Amino acid sequence: MVIKITRTTIASMARSHSGLESGEKMTLVLNKVSRSFDGVAAVKDVHLKVEKGEIVGLLGTSGCGKSTLLRTISGLDTGYDGVIEINEKTSKQVNEETGFIFQEPRLLPWLNVLENVMFGLEGKRAEKLDKANHILQSVGLAGKENLYPKELSGGMAQRVAIARSLVTSPEILLLDEPFSALDAFTKMQLQDFLLDVWKKYHTTMILVTHDIDEALYLCDRVVILRGQPGEIVEELKVEEARPRNRGSEQLAQLKSDILTALDLNKQSVY
Amino acid sequence: MAKIEAEITNKKVGIFRKNKVVIEKLNTILIGSIIPILLITVWELLSRIGVFPSYQLPAPTTILNTIYEMGLDGTLWSHIGVTTYRVFAGFLIGTGIAVVLGSFIGFYQRAERLFDPLIQAFRSIPSLAWVPLFILWMGIGEPSKITMIAVGVFFPVYLNIVSGIHGVDRKLIEVGKMYGLSTFQLIRRIILPASLPSFLVGLRSGLGLGWMFVVAAELMGASQGLGFLLTFGQNMSQPDVILASIILFALIGKLTDWLLKLLEQRSLQWQDRIQD
Repeated sequence: MVIKITRTTIASMARSHSGLESGEKMTLVLNKVSRSFDGVAAVKDVHLKVEKGEIVGLLGTSGCGKSTLLRTISGLDTGYDGVIEINEKTSKQVNEETGFIFQEPRLLPWLNVLENVMFGLEGKRAEKLDKANHILQSVGLAGKENLYPKELSGGMAQRVAIARSLVTSPEILLLDEPFSALDAFTKMQLQDFLLDVWKKYHTTMILVTHDIDEALYLCDRVVILRGQPGEIVEELKVEEARPRNRGSEQLAQLKSDILTALDLNKQSVY
Repeated sequence: MAKIEAEITNKKVGIFRKNKVVIEKLNTILIGSIIPILLITVWELLSRIGVFPSYQLPAPTTILNTIYEMGLDGTLWSHIGVTTYRVFAGFLIGTGIAVVLGSFIGFYQRAERLFDPLIQAFRSIPSLAWVPLFILWMGIGEPSKITMIAVGVFFPVYLNIVSGIHGVDRKLIEVGKMYGLSTFQLIRRIILPASLPSFLVGLRSGLGLGWMFVVAAELMGASQGLGFLLTFGQNMSQPDVILASIILFALIGKLTDWLLKLLEQRSLQWQDRIQD
Protein backbone atom coordinates (compact mmCIF):
# COMPACT_ATOMS: atom_id res chain seq x y z
CA MET A 1 0.00 0.00 0.00
CA VAL A 2 1.33 3.39 -0.99
CA ILE A 3 -0.42 5.45 1.58
CA LYS A 4 -0.11 5.11 5.27
CA ILE A 5 -2.67 6.94 7.31
CA THR A 6 -1.34 8.19 10.56
CA ARG A 7 -3.91 9.34 13.01
CA THR A 8 -3.00 11.14 16.10
CA THR A 9 -5.38 11.81 18.89
CA ILE A 10 -5.21 15.13 20.67
CA ALA A 11 -3.85 13.42 23.77
CA SER A 12 -0.93 11.86 21.99
CA MET A 13 -0.29 15.09 20.11
CA ALA A 14 -0.03 16.95 23.36
CA ARG A 15 2.42 14.32 24.58
CA SER A 16 4.60 14.62 21.55
CA HIS A 17 4.63 18.40 21.92
CA SER A 18 5.87 18.29 25.48
CA GLY A 19 9.44 18.01 24.33
CA LEU A 20 11.48 17.98 21.16
CA GLU A 21 12.55 14.40 21.70
CA SER A 22 13.33 13.85 18.05
CA GLY A 23 16.05 16.49 18.22
CA GLU A 24 15.22 17.58 14.71
CA LYS A 25 15.16 21.29 14.03
CA MET A 26 11.64 22.58 13.64
CA THR A 27 11.06 25.50 11.34
CA LEU A 28 7.82 26.46 12.99
CA VAL A 29 6.38 25.59 16.38
CA LEU A 30 3.05 26.73 17.74
CA ASN A 31 2.64 26.15 21.44
CA LYS A 32 -0.83 26.53 22.96
CA VAL A 33 -1.78 29.35 20.65
CA SER A 34 -5.20 30.89 21.26
CA ARG A 35 -6.79 33.98 19.85
CA SER A 36 -10.00 35.65 20.84
CA PHE A 37 -11.76 38.70 19.54
CA ASP A 38 -13.63 40.77 22.12
CA GLY A 39 -13.76 37.85 24.48
CA VAL A 40 -15.02 35.39 21.89
CA ALA A 41 -12.43 32.70 21.22
CA ALA A 42 -11.65 32.08 17.55
CA VAL A 43 -8.95 29.43 17.95
CA LYS A 44 -8.03 27.62 21.11
CA ASP A 45 -4.92 25.81 22.32
CA VAL A 46 -3.36 25.01 19.01
CA HIS A 47 -0.18 22.94 19.06
CA LEU A 48 1.60 22.48 15.80
CA LYS A 49 5.09 21.61 14.69
CA VAL A 50 6.23 22.01 11.14
CA GLU A 51 9.44 20.59 9.78
CA LYS A 52 11.63 22.33 7.29
CA GLY A 53 10.36 21.83 3.76
CA GLU A 54 7.05 20.41 4.84
CA ILE A 55 3.76 21.40 3.22
CA VAL A 56 1.08 21.50 5.87
CA GLY A 57 -2.55 22.13 5.10
CA LEU A 58 -4.90 23.74 7.59
CA LEU A 59 -8.32 22.50 6.65
CA GLY A 60 -11.66 23.36 8.11
CA THR A 61 -15.09 24.76 7.46
CA SER A 62 -15.44 28.52 7.39
CA GLY A 63 -15.32 30.27 10.72
CA CYS A 64 -13.10 27.69 12.39
CA GLY A 65 -10.25 30.17 12.70
CA LYS A 66 -7.82 28.78 10.18
CA SER A 67 -7.11 32.17 8.61
CA THR A 68 -6.81 33.68 12.08
CA LEU A 69 -4.19 31.09 12.88
CA LEU A 70 -2.25 31.92 9.74
CA ARG A 71 -2.32 35.60 10.55
CA THR A 72 -0.89 34.95 14.00
CA ILE A 73 1.95 32.98 12.42
CA SER A 74 2.64 35.78 9.93
CA GLY A 75 2.89 38.37 12.68
CA LEU A 76 0.13 40.50 11.15
CA ASP A 77 -1.97 39.59 14.17
CA THR A 78 -0.12 39.89 17.45
CA GLY A 79 -3.02 39.74 19.86
CA TYR A 80 -2.79 36.02 20.56
CA ASP A 81 -1.87 33.97 23.63
CA GLY A 82 0.73 31.26 23.56
CA VAL A 83 4.10 31.05 21.86
CA ILE A 84 5.04 30.90 18.20
CA GLU A 85 8.62 29.97 17.38
CA ILE A 86 10.21 30.35 13.99
CA ASN A 87 13.62 28.72 13.66
CA GLU A 88 13.57 28.23 17.44
CA LYS A 89 13.21 31.90 18.11
CA THR A 90 10.06 33.30 19.64
CA SER A 91 8.48 35.54 17.08
CA LYS A 92 5.70 38.00 17.66
CA GLN A 93 6.05 40.30 14.70
CA VAL A 94 6.40 40.25 10.97
CA ASN A 95 9.75 38.80 10.03
CA GLU A 96 11.77 38.22 6.92
CA GLU A 97 11.49 34.45 7.07
CA THR A 98 7.82 34.43 6.22
CA GLY A 99 6.06 35.35 3.02
CA PHE A 100 2.30 35.68 2.75
CA ILE A 101 0.05 34.95 -0.20
CA PHE A 102 -3.42 36.31 0.33
CA GLN A 103 -6.70 35.08 -1.01
CA GLU A 104 -6.79 38.03 -3.39
CA PRO A 105 -3.68 39.09 -5.30
CA ARG A 106 -3.55 42.44 -3.46
CA LEU A 107 -1.32 43.99 -6.07
CA LEU A 108 -0.69 47.70 -5.77
CA PRO A 109 -2.73 49.09 -8.67
CA TRP A 110 -0.40 52.01 -9.33
CA LEU A 111 2.63 49.79 -9.90
CA ASN A 112 3.16 47.64 -12.95
CA VAL A 113 3.89 43.93 -12.75
CA LEU A 114 7.65 44.37 -12.42
CA GLU A 115 7.39 47.09 -9.77
CA ASN A 116 4.88 45.03 -7.84
CA VAL A 117 7.26 42.09 -7.75
CA MET A 118 10.10 44.37 -6.64
CA PHE A 119 7.95 45.91 -3.93
CA GLY A 120 9.35 43.91 -1.02
CA LEU A 121 12.96 43.88 -2.18
CA GLU A 122 15.69 46.03 -0.75
CA GLY A 123 19.08 46.94 -2.09
CA LYS A 124 20.43 48.15 -5.41
CA ARG A 125 18.02 48.63 -8.25
CA ALA A 126 20.02 46.50 -10.66
CA GLU A 127 19.96 43.57 -8.25
CA LYS A 128 16.27 44.01 -7.59
CA LEU A 129 15.55 44.09 -11.31
CA ASP A 130 17.61 40.98 -11.81
CA LYS A 131 15.79 39.02 -9.11
CA ALA A 132 12.37 40.22 -10.20
CA ASN A 133 12.96 39.38 -13.85
CA HIS A 134 14.22 35.97 -12.92
CA ILE A 135 11.20 35.14 -10.81
CA LEU A 136 8.79 36.54 -13.41
CA GLN A 137 10.30 34.22 -15.94
CA SER A 138 9.79 31.26 -13.68
CA VAL A 139 6.12 32.08 -13.08
CA GLY A 140 5.68 32.37 -16.83
CA LEU A 141 5.09 36.11 -16.95
CA ALA A 142 8.13 37.19 -18.93
CA GLY A 143 7.12 39.96 -21.31
CA LYS A 144 4.27 41.16 -19.08
CA GLU A 145 6.48 43.36 -16.90
CA ASN A 146 4.91 46.62 -17.98
CA LEU A 147 1.27 45.67 -17.58
CA TYR A 148 -0.75 47.22 -14.80
CA PRO A 149 -2.85 45.06 -12.46
CA LYS A 150 -6.06 46.21 -14.16
CA GLU A 151 -4.83 44.58 -17.36
CA LEU A 152 -4.24 41.15 -15.80
CA SER A 153 -6.56 38.18 -15.60
CA GLY A 154 -7.28 36.68 -12.19
CA GLY A 155 -4.80 33.86 -12.68
CA MET A 156 -2.06 36.18 -13.93
CA ALA A 157 -2.60 38.56 -11.04
CA GLN A 158 -2.34 35.74 -8.53
CA ARG A 159 0.85 34.58 -10.24
CA VAL A 160 2.32 38.04 -9.83
CA ALA A 161 1.34 37.90 -6.17
CA ILE A 162 3.10 34.57 -5.83
CA ALA A 163 6.16 35.98 -7.57
CA ARG A 164 6.11 38.95 -5.22
CA SER A 165 6.21 36.75 -2.16
CA LEU A 166 8.77 34.34 -3.59
CA VAL A 167 11.22 36.99 -4.73
CA THR A 168 12.33 37.70 -1.18
CA SER A 169 13.04 33.95 -0.86
CA PRO A 170 11.17 33.36 2.38
CA GLU A 171 11.78 30.17 4.31
CA ILE A 172 8.14 29.80 5.19
CA LEU A 173 5.37 30.59 2.79
CA LEU A 174 1.95 31.23 4.31
CA LEU A 175 -0.92 30.80 1.90
CA ASP A 176 -4.43 31.90 2.80
CA GLU A 177 -6.79 30.13 0.39
CA PRO A 178 -4.63 31.38 -2.45
CA PHE A 179 -6.55 29.76 -5.28
CA SER A 180 -10.11 29.88 -4.03
CA ALA A 181 -11.09 32.76 -6.28
CA LEU A 182 -9.80 31.14 -9.46
CA ASP A 183 -11.49 28.91 -11.99
CA ALA A 184 -10.87 25.17 -11.78
CA PHE A 185 -8.28 25.01 -14.56
CA THR A 186 -6.20 27.97 -13.46
CA LYS A 187 -6.38 26.58 -9.98
CA MET A 188 -4.89 23.22 -11.01
CA GLN A 189 -2.20 25.00 -13.03
CA LEU A 190 -1.17 27.12 -10.10
CA GLN A 191 -1.23 24.18 -7.72
CA ASP A 192 1.27 22.41 -9.96
CA PHE A 193 3.26 25.60 -10.16
CA LEU A 194 3.38 25.74 -6.38
CA LEU A 195 4.75 22.20 -6.32
CA ASP A 196 7.42 23.24 -8.83
CA VAL A 197 8.41 26.05 -6.52
CA TRP A 198 8.59 23.58 -3.65
CA LYS A 199 10.75 21.22 -5.68
CA LYS A 200 13.14 24.04 -6.48
CA TYR A 201 13.42 25.82 -3.14
CA HIS A 202 12.03 23.35 -0.60
CA THR A 203 10.09 26.17 0.93
CA THR A 204 8.09 25.28 4.01
CA MET A 205 4.46 26.01 3.29
CA ILE A 206 1.42 26.43 5.46
CA LEU A 207 -1.68 26.33 3.31
CA VAL A 208 -5.05 27.37 4.61
CA THR A 209 -7.81 25.90 2.50
CA HIS A 210 -11.37 24.67 2.57
CA ASP A 211 -10.81 22.56 -0.51
CA ILE A 212 -10.16 18.97 0.56
CA ASP A 213 -8.90 17.92 -2.87
CA GLU A 214 -6.43 20.79 -2.92
CA ALA A 215 -5.13 19.88 0.52
CA LEU A 216 -4.70 16.24 -0.46
CA TYR A 217 -3.01 17.08 -3.72
CA LEU A 218 -0.48 19.47 -2.23
CA CYS A 219 0.16 18.65 1.40
CA ASP A 220 2.42 16.28 3.29
CA ARG A 221 0.18 16.66 6.26
CA VAL A 222 -3.38 17.86 6.67
CA VAL A 223 -4.38 19.41 9.97
CA ILE A 224 -8.09 19.54 10.55
CA LEU A 225 -9.63 22.32 12.60
CA ARG A 226 -13.17 22.18 13.80
CA GLY A 227 -15.62 24.00 15.97
CA GLN A 228 -15.98 27.48 17.35
CA PRO A 229 -13.47 28.18 18.79
CA GLY A 230 -11.46 26.16 16.32
CA GLU A 231 -9.38 23.36 17.71
CA ILE A 232 -7.21 20.79 16.00
CA VAL A 233 -9.19 17.58 15.93
CA GLU A 234 -7.07 15.45 13.68
CA GLU A 235 -3.89 15.26 11.67
CA LEU A 236 -3.53 13.10 8.59
CA LYS A 237 -0.31 12.30 6.81
CA VAL A 238 -0.53 12.02 3.07
CA GLU A 239 2.35 9.83 2.04
CA GLU A 240 1.64 9.37 -1.61
CA ALA A 241 4.58 10.33 -3.77
CA ARG A 242 4.31 13.42 -5.95
CA PRO A 243 3.13 14.06 -8.58
CA ARG A 244 -0.08 12.69 -7.24
CA ASN A 245 -2.98 11.53 -9.26
CA ARG A 246 -5.90 13.79 -8.43
CA GLY A 247 -8.32 10.95 -8.93
CA SER A 248 -6.47 8.22 -7.09
CA GLU A 249 -8.34 5.81 -4.88
CA GLN A 250 -6.10 6.45 -1.94
CA LEU A 251 -6.79 10.16 -2.01
CA ALA A 252 -10.49 9.39 -2.26
CA GLN A 253 -10.24 7.22 0.84
CA LEU A 254 -8.44 10.00 2.70
CA LYS A 255 -11.08 12.44 1.56
CA SER A 256 -13.83 10.39 3.10
CA ASP A 257 -11.81 10.17 6.31
CA ILE A 258 -11.49 13.92 6.34
CA LEU A 259 -15.19 14.36 5.74
CA THR A 260 -15.86 12.15 8.75
CA ALA A 261 -13.38 14.12 10.81
CA LEU A 262 -15.00 17.38 9.80
CA ASP A 263 -18.22 15.92 11.11
CA LEU A 264 -20.17 17.38 8.25
CA ASN A 265 -22.67 14.57 8.09
CA LYS A 266 -23.87 14.81 11.63
CA GLN A 267 -25.92 17.35 13.48
CA SER A 268 -24.30 20.70 13.88
CA VAL A 269 -21.45 20.66 16.32
CA TYR A 270 -21.95 24.23 17.37
CA MET B 1 3.28 34.69 -46.60
CA ALA B 2 -0.02 34.28 -44.88
CA LYS B 3 1.57 35.62 -41.72
CA ILE B 4 2.77 38.80 -43.43
CA GLU B 5 -0.63 39.29 -44.98
CA ALA B 6 -2.24 38.85 -41.63
CA GLU B 7 0.09 41.42 -40.17
CA ILE B 8 -0.72 43.87 -42.92
CA THR B 9 -4.44 43.43 -42.39
CA ASN B 10 -3.86 43.82 -38.68
CA LYS B 11 -2.12 47.12 -39.30
CA LYS B 12 -4.88 48.19 -41.63
CA VAL B 13 -7.44 47.32 -39.02
CA GLY B 14 -5.37 49.33 -36.53
CA ILE B 15 -5.35 52.40 -38.73
CA PHE B 16 -9.00 51.93 -39.48
CA ARG B 17 -9.77 51.77 -35.77
CA LYS B 18 -7.76 54.90 -35.07
CA ASN B 19 -9.62 56.71 -37.82
CA LYS B 20 -12.86 55.47 -36.42
CA VAL B 21 -12.03 56.82 -32.98
CA VAL B 22 -11.12 60.21 -34.42
CA ILE B 23 -14.30 60.31 -36.48
CA GLU B 24 -16.39 59.38 -33.47
CA LYS B 25 -14.78 62.15 -31.43
CA LEU B 26 -15.40 64.69 -34.19
CA ASN B 27 -18.97 63.48 -34.34
CA THR B 28 -19.60 64.09 -30.65
CA ILE B 29 -18.07 67.56 -30.94
CA LEU B 30 -20.22 68.34 -33.97
CA ILE B 31 -23.44 67.11 -32.39
CA GLY B 32 -22.67 68.97 -29.19
CA SER B 33 -22.06 72.26 -30.98
CA ILE B 34 -25.21 72.31 -33.13
CA ILE B 35 -27.39 74.05 -30.56
CA PRO B 36 -24.77 76.60 -29.36
CA ILE B 37 -23.99 77.61 -32.94
CA LEU B 38 -27.70 77.90 -33.71
CA LEU B 39 -28.33 80.05 -30.63
CA ILE B 40 -25.39 82.34 -31.37
CA THR B 41 -26.50 82.81 -34.96
CA VAL B 42 -30.04 83.66 -33.89
CA TRP B 43 -28.68 86.03 -31.26
CA GLU B 44 -26.45 87.75 -33.82
CA LEU B 45 -29.33 88.12 -36.26
CA LEU B 46 -31.78 89.42 -33.67
CA SER B 47 -29.21 91.91 -32.40
CA ARG B 48 -28.46 93.14 -35.93
CA ILE B 49 -32.10 93.78 -36.80
CA GLY B 50 -32.53 95.52 -33.46
CA VAL B 51 -34.79 93.14 -31.54
CA PHE B 52 -32.22 93.18 -28.69
CA PRO B 53 -31.20 96.77 -28.00
CA SER B 54 -27.42 97.01 -28.08
CA TYR B 55 -27.25 98.80 -24.71
CA GLN B 56 -28.73 95.66 -23.13
CA LEU B 57 -27.57 92.70 -25.18
CA PRO B 58 -24.89 93.46 -27.77
CA ALA B 59 -24.28 91.07 -30.66
CA PRO B 60 -21.71 88.29 -30.29
CA THR B 61 -19.49 89.98 -32.88
CA THR B 62 -19.54 93.18 -30.84
CA ILE B 63 -18.41 91.26 -27.77
CA LEU B 64 -15.63 89.57 -29.72
CA ASN B 65 -14.61 92.96 -31.04
CA THR B 66 -14.47 94.35 -27.50
CA ILE B 67 -12.19 91.51 -26.48
CA TYR B 68 -10.06 92.06 -29.57
CA GLU B 69 -9.68 95.77 -28.88
CA MET B 70 -8.76 95.13 -25.26
CA GLY B 71 -6.20 92.71 -26.55
CA LEU B 72 -4.79 95.34 -28.89
CA ASP B 73 -4.36 98.05 -26.26
CA GLY B 74 -2.93 95.51 -23.81
CA THR B 75 -5.46 95.94 -20.98
CA LEU B 76 -6.87 92.46 -21.65
CA TRP B 77 -3.63 90.75 -20.69
CA SER B 78 -3.14 92.68 -17.50
CA HIS B 79 -6.74 91.91 -16.42
CA ILE B 80 -6.32 88.22 -17.18
CA GLY B 81 -2.87 88.18 -15.59
CA VAL B 82 -4.03 89.78 -12.33
CA THR B 83 -7.04 87.49 -11.98
CA THR B 84 -5.08 84.35 -12.79
CA TYR B 85 -2.37 85.40 -10.36
CA ARG B 86 -4.95 85.83 -7.59
CA VAL B 87 -6.55 82.46 -8.28
CA PHE B 88 -3.23 80.66 -8.34
CA ALA B 89 -1.85 82.35 -5.25
CA GLY B 90 -5.05 81.53 -3.36
CA PHE B 91 -5.13 78.04 -4.81
CA LEU B 92 -1.54 77.32 -3.78
CA ILE B 93 -1.98 78.66 -0.26
CA GLY B 94 -5.32 76.90 0.26
CA THR B 95 -4.01 73.64 -1.15
CA GLY B 96 -0.81 73.85 0.87
CA ILE B 97 -2.63 74.29 4.15
CA ALA B 98 -5.16 71.62 3.19
CA VAL B 99 -2.39 69.12 2.38
CA VAL B 100 -0.60 69.68 5.69
CA LEU B 101 -3.71 69.67 7.85
CA GLY B 102 -5.50 67.00 5.85
CA SER B 103 -2.67 64.49 5.92
CA PHE B 104 -2.01 65.16 9.59
CA ILE B 105 -5.65 64.63 10.47
CA GLY B 106 -5.99 61.70 8.09
CA PHE B 107 -3.06 59.83 9.58
CA TYR B 108 -3.58 60.49 13.27
CA GLN B 109 -6.95 59.69 14.67
CA ARG B 110 -6.23 61.74 17.77
CA ALA B 111 -5.60 64.78 15.64
CA GLU B 112 -8.88 64.11 13.90
CA ARG B 113 -10.77 64.07 17.17
CA LEU B 114 -9.03 67.27 18.19
CA PHE B 115 -9.34 69.31 15.01
CA ASP B 116 -12.04 67.90 12.82
CA PRO B 117 -15.10 69.17 14.74
CA LEU B 118 -13.72 72.70 14.56
CA ILE B 119 -12.99 72.44 10.84
CA GLN B 120 -16.45 71.02 10.18
CA ALA B 121 -17.96 73.91 12.13
CA PHE B 122 -16.04 76.41 10.03
CA ARG B 123 -17.12 74.60 6.91
CA SER B 124 -20.76 75.26 7.68
CA ILE B 125 -20.12 79.02 7.50
CA PRO B 126 -20.73 80.23 3.93
CA SER B 127 -17.24 81.36 2.95
CA LEU B 128 -18.45 84.66 1.49
CA ALA B 129 -19.58 85.66 4.96
CA TRP B 130 -15.92 86.18 5.81
CA VAL B 131 -15.55 88.97 3.25
CA PRO B 132 -16.27 91.95 5.51
CA LEU B 133 -14.02 90.59 8.23
CA PHE B 134 -11.13 90.01 5.85
CA ILE B 135 -11.49 93.52 4.46
CA LEU B 136 -11.55 94.89 7.98
CA TRP B 137 -8.42 92.97 8.87
CA MET B 138 -6.38 93.20 5.71
CA GLY B 139 -7.79 96.13 3.81
CA ILE B 140 -9.06 96.07 0.28
CA GLY B 141 -5.74 95.03 -1.34
CA GLU B 142 -4.39 91.71 -2.49
CA PRO B 143 -4.06 89.92 0.89
CA SER B 144 -7.77 89.93 1.64
CA LYS B 145 -8.61 88.74 -1.87
CA ILE B 146 -6.09 85.92 -1.85
CA THR B 147 -7.13 84.84 1.64
CA MET B 148 -10.71 84.76 0.44
CA ILE B 149 -9.82 82.45 -2.44
CA ALA B 150 -7.58 80.29 -0.25
CA VAL B 151 -10.49 79.72 2.16
CA GLY B 152 -12.67 78.63 -0.74
CA VAL B 153 -10.02 76.25 -2.10
CA PHE B 154 -9.11 74.82 1.29
CA PHE B 155 -12.30 72.91 2.11
CA PRO B 156 -12.76 70.66 -0.90
CA VAL B 157 -9.06 69.81 -0.98
CA TYR B 158 -8.96 69.13 2.76
CA LEU B 159 -12.09 66.98 2.76
CA ASN B 160 -10.90 64.91 -0.17
CA ILE B 161 -7.45 64.33 1.32
CA VAL B 162 -8.91 63.15 4.62
CA SER B 163 -11.44 60.87 2.97
CA GLY B 164 -8.78 59.62 0.54
CA ILE B 165 -6.47 58.63 3.37
CA HIS B 166 -9.29 57.05 5.35
CA GLY B 167 -10.40 55.15 2.27
CA VAL B 168 -7.08 53.41 1.61
CA ASP B 169 -7.68 49.67 1.39
CA ARG B 170 -6.69 48.01 4.65
CA LYS B 171 -5.67 44.99 2.62
CA LEU B 172 -3.00 46.93 0.75
CA ILE B 173 -1.67 48.34 4.00
CA GLU B 174 -1.36 44.76 5.22
CA VAL B 175 0.79 43.93 2.21
CA GLY B 176 3.13 46.72 3.24
CA LYS B 177 3.16 45.51 6.83
CA MET B 178 4.00 42.00 5.63
CA TYR B 179 7.18 43.44 4.15
CA GLY B 180 8.03 45.16 7.40
CA LEU B 181 7.55 48.73 6.19
CA SER B 182 7.82 51.46 8.80
CA THR B 183 5.00 53.94 9.29
CA PHE B 184 6.80 56.51 7.18
CA GLN B 185 7.39 53.99 4.39
CA LEU B 186 3.77 52.89 4.57
CA ILE B 187 2.68 56.48 4.08
CA ARG B 188 5.05 57.10 1.21
CA ARG B 189 4.70 53.82 -0.64
CA ILE B 190 1.07 52.89 -0.05
CA ILE B 191 -1.11 55.53 1.57
CA LEU B 192 -0.03 58.48 -0.59
CA PRO B 193 -0.35 56.78 -3.98
CA ALA B 194 -3.59 55.13 -2.93
CA SER B 195 -5.16 58.43 -1.90
CA LEU B 196 -3.91 60.31 -4.95
CA PRO B 197 -7.14 59.90 -6.97
CA SER B 198 -9.19 61.47 -4.22
CA PHE B 199 -6.62 64.26 -3.78
CA LEU B 200 -6.82 65.12 -7.48
CA VAL B 201 -10.61 65.25 -7.33
CA GLY B 202 -10.19 67.67 -4.44
CA LEU B 203 -7.78 69.79 -6.46
CA ARG B 204 -10.20 70.08 -9.33
CA SER B 205 -13.17 71.08 -7.26
CA GLY B 206 -10.90 73.40 -5.26
CA LEU B 207 -9.79 75.14 -8.42
CA GLY B 208 -13.41 75.49 -9.51
CA LEU B 209 -14.24 77.18 -6.24
CA GLY B 210 -11.13 79.33 -6.60
CA TRP B 211 -12.52 80.79 -9.83
CA MET B 212 -15.86 81.37 -8.16
CA PHE B 213 -14.30 83.17 -5.24
CA VAL B 214 -12.08 85.37 -7.36
CA VAL B 215 -15.24 86.89 -8.85
CA ALA B 216 -16.57 87.62 -5.39
CA ALA B 217 -13.20 88.98 -4.27
CA GLU B 218 -12.87 91.27 -7.28
CA LEU B 219 -16.47 92.43 -7.09
CA MET B 220 -15.87 93.67 -3.57
CA GLY B 221 -13.39 96.19 -4.86
CA ALA B 222 -10.56 96.02 -7.33
CA SER B 223 -8.91 98.23 -9.90
CA GLN B 224 -7.85 95.40 -12.17
CA GLY B 225 -8.93 91.92 -13.07
CA LEU B 226 -11.78 90.25 -14.88
CA GLY B 227 -14.06 90.75 -11.87
CA PHE B 228 -13.26 94.45 -12.02
CA LEU B 229 -14.38 94.44 -15.67
CA LEU B 230 -17.78 93.17 -14.48
CA THR B 231 -18.34 96.13 -12.15
CA PHE B 232 -16.77 98.49 -14.66
CA GLY B 233 -19.14 97.34 -17.38
CA GLN B 234 -22.07 97.70 -15.02
CA ASN B 235 -21.12 101.23 -13.96
CA MET B 236 -20.38 102.35 -17.51
CA SER B 237 -23.47 100.63 -18.94
CA GLN B 238 -21.33 98.57 -21.26
CA PRO B 239 -22.88 95.10 -21.41
CA ASP B 240 -20.33 94.03 -24.01
CA VAL B 241 -17.56 94.43 -21.40
CA ILE B 242 -19.54 92.38 -18.88
CA LEU B 243 -20.19 89.62 -21.39
CA ALA B 244 -16.59 89.68 -22.55
CA SER B 245 -15.48 89.22 -18.98
CA ILE B 246 -17.92 86.32 -18.49
CA ILE B 247 -16.68 84.61 -21.63
CA LEU B 248 -13.07 85.05 -20.56
CA PHE B 249 -13.84 83.58 -17.13
CA ALA B 250 -15.42 80.58 -18.78
CA LEU B 251 -12.49 80.07 -21.15
CA ILE B 252 -9.71 80.40 -18.58
CA GLY B 253 -11.59 78.37 -15.98
CA LYS B 254 -12.13 75.59 -18.47
CA LEU B 255 -8.50 75.75 -19.58
CA THR B 256 -7.10 75.39 -16.07
CA ASP B 257 -9.52 72.59 -15.28
CA TRP B 258 -8.45 70.84 -18.45
CA LEU B 259 -4.80 71.14 -17.39
CA LEU B 260 -5.62 69.49 -14.07
CA LYS B 261 -7.62 66.83 -15.83
CA LEU B 262 -4.60 66.13 -18.03
CA LEU B 263 -2.44 65.82 -14.93
CA GLU B 264 -5.03 63.50 -13.44
CA GLN B 265 -5.06 61.27 -16.50
CA ARG B 266 -1.28 61.17 -16.61
CA SER B 267 -0.84 60.18 -13.00
CA LEU B 268 -3.83 57.87 -12.76
CA GLN B 269 -3.26 55.73 -15.83
CA TRP B 270 -3.25 52.71 -13.55
CA GLN B 271 -6.81 53.27 -12.41
CA ASP B 272 -9.30 50.65 -13.42
CA ARG B 273 -12.32 52.61 -14.54
CA ILE B 274 -14.59 53.19 -17.46
CA GLN B 275 -12.72 55.06 -20.16
CA ASP B 276 -14.25 58.39 -20.96
